[in-house]
Amino acid sequence: MPPFEDQRTTIYKVDPEHPESATLPTLRTEELLLNMGPQHPSTHGVLKVILELEGERLVKSTPVMGFLHRGVEKLAEEGTYHQFIPHTDRLDYVCAMYNNFAYCRAVEKLMNLTVPERADYLRTIVAEVQRIIGHQFWLGTQALDIGAMTVFFYCFRDREILLDWFDELCGARLTTSWYRIGGVERDLTESLLAKLRQFLDYFPPKIDEYVVFLEKNRIWLARTKGVAVISAEDALSFGLSGPTLRGSGVDYDLRKYEPYAAYPRCEFSVPVGKNGDTYDRYWIRVQELYESVKIIRQCLEQMQEGPIMADVPSVTLPPKERVFTNLESMIQQFKLFSQGFNAPPGEIYCGTEAHKGELGFYIVSAGGGKPYRLKIRAPSFIHMGAFDHMSKGYMIADAVTIFGTYDIVMGECDR
Amino acid sequence: MSVIAKRIEESFPTGFIKAVEWRGDVAIAVKREALHQVASFLREDPAMAFDYIIHVSSVDWPDEEERFEVVYELYSIRHRHRIRLKTRVPESDCVVDSLTGLWKGADFMEREVYDMMGIRFRNHPDLRRILMPDEYEEGYPLRKDFPLRGKGWRDTFEFLDEPSR
Repeated sequence: MPPFEDQRTTIYKVDPEHPESATLPTLRTEELLLNMGPQHPSTHGVLKVILELEGERLVKSTPVMGFLHRGVEKLAEEGTYHQFIPHTDRLDYVCAMYNNFAYCRAVEKLMNLTVPERADYLRTIVAEVQRIIGHQFWLGTQALDIGAMTVFFYCFRDREILLDWFDELCGARLTTSWYRIGGVERDLTESLLAKLRQFLDYFPPKIDEYVVFLEKNRIWLARTKGVAVISAEDALSFGLSGPTLRGSGVDYDLRKYEPYAAYPRCEFSVPVGKNGDTYDRYWIRVQELYESVKIIRQCLEQMQEGPIMADVPSVTLPPKERVFTNLESMIQQFKLFSQGFNAPPGEIYCGTEAHKGELGFYIVSAGGGKPYRLKIRAPSFIHMGAFDHMSKGYMIADAVTIFGTYDIVMGECDR
Repeated sequence: MSVIAKRIEESFPTGFIKAVEWRGDVAIAVKREALHQVASFLREDPAMAFDYIIHVSSVDWPDEEERFEVVYELYSIRHRHRIRLKTRVPESDCVVDSLTGLWKGADFMEREVYDMMGIRFRNHPDLRRILMPDEYEEGYPLRKDFPLRGKGWRDTFEFLDEPSR
């Protein structure tokens, strides 16, 4: 008998006396398991998600992570505090500067170190430049994943300018390691300042351009509005942070809640969404681009001449030119890198508002030059915890949007 | 001593061990049996209202009697205060009550602690390894007695271009 033959006959076998008794045949339903990843382009790295599907609807999704696990927390226990800075570059490799920043702030809190004012301004400027890069990267790739390719080229064209700027600043485009415990590695030169000012004039009209491409794009709107909705209460309970949380209407931003560096001296607003969907998060990120430009402008205006490194010889590194000419500085540099500084026993947690969310370092010191335990609170990892909750009931194609809505980077997620 | 620590000490005289304030961070150590009660008090009490979980972590102190320390970091968006809640477990019986029922985000964070340190969480809905492979059986990498180079598992991989070792 061919398949469905029996069903067809049941449809036609209606008792003419009682037509209401006719029932449609029951269709066989079965849940389908589908592996998405580990090498799907939208996962931005190596992430596998096992999707349980009912038709095209997601019933349950189980993220399988750890493909990029390198044991960074274990490595931290084996090196000195200074030596860990380059490792932080490799956490969120899209935005290395902010990782350096968050880590250095945590160690400064542990050592009770105050950073000179100029260094604070420099840190804020570079961190905001990094935030612009991060949001451009997000916007470009998210649009590409969803089906709007042009924005990707526009974003990456402008991102390239800033990466070249980083190259001139510290000699690397992505793995920067420019921040130091107690300050920064080197000052902005005249040429860098001029280039940055030029970029600040150039950039705001370009943001408008990105928006023009998306605001009336029906595909973009259909695939972001009302997708990956999460209520404020759930978002807090899951520990989401950054634009992912602010999209739900919670104005939690550490730059305002617990101001650090030069942020308390700058005026800026924190955009907050309403509906908690991907579109609101997109809107927040675009607004943050404008805010970042504003912050950098104010910092450039307010910044005064001064030292860029705290002068605490037992902790901070000596200026590089002195290392090569002065014996004491050379000994200091050697001791700091071979033995490290002596941290007091204790434990601290220090969170920093990176562009993805709250990037925090929990450091336990048992005295000595190495951290006894270093835990990284990575926003990407914690956002993945909410993936199952946020993807329930959406179409399979929306899974791509939901990865993107967190701005996920696996280097940080797996550590 | 901070207001929060004082409230906890008054409400849980038997479970409370000590409160330490250092560099502006308040850390409260409680007994393992009281952890869940203290945590739900912190979440439900209107003066506390810790609605946001920051991270769950663990520390290994191999020389001490109660070897492992489980650390919860909590924040209240409404009152803008934070607290670190800590509890100790011995190696012979390293089980803590899971706080997944209070903060949904604790799910993945506790799984990570289990994966890295081998501390089990009672009533956790899905306690599996999360970063290490499921079939990994060499122990828990962040314990202090685990060597940095690993225990030889990676030497067993077969390389395509080379003869197997």
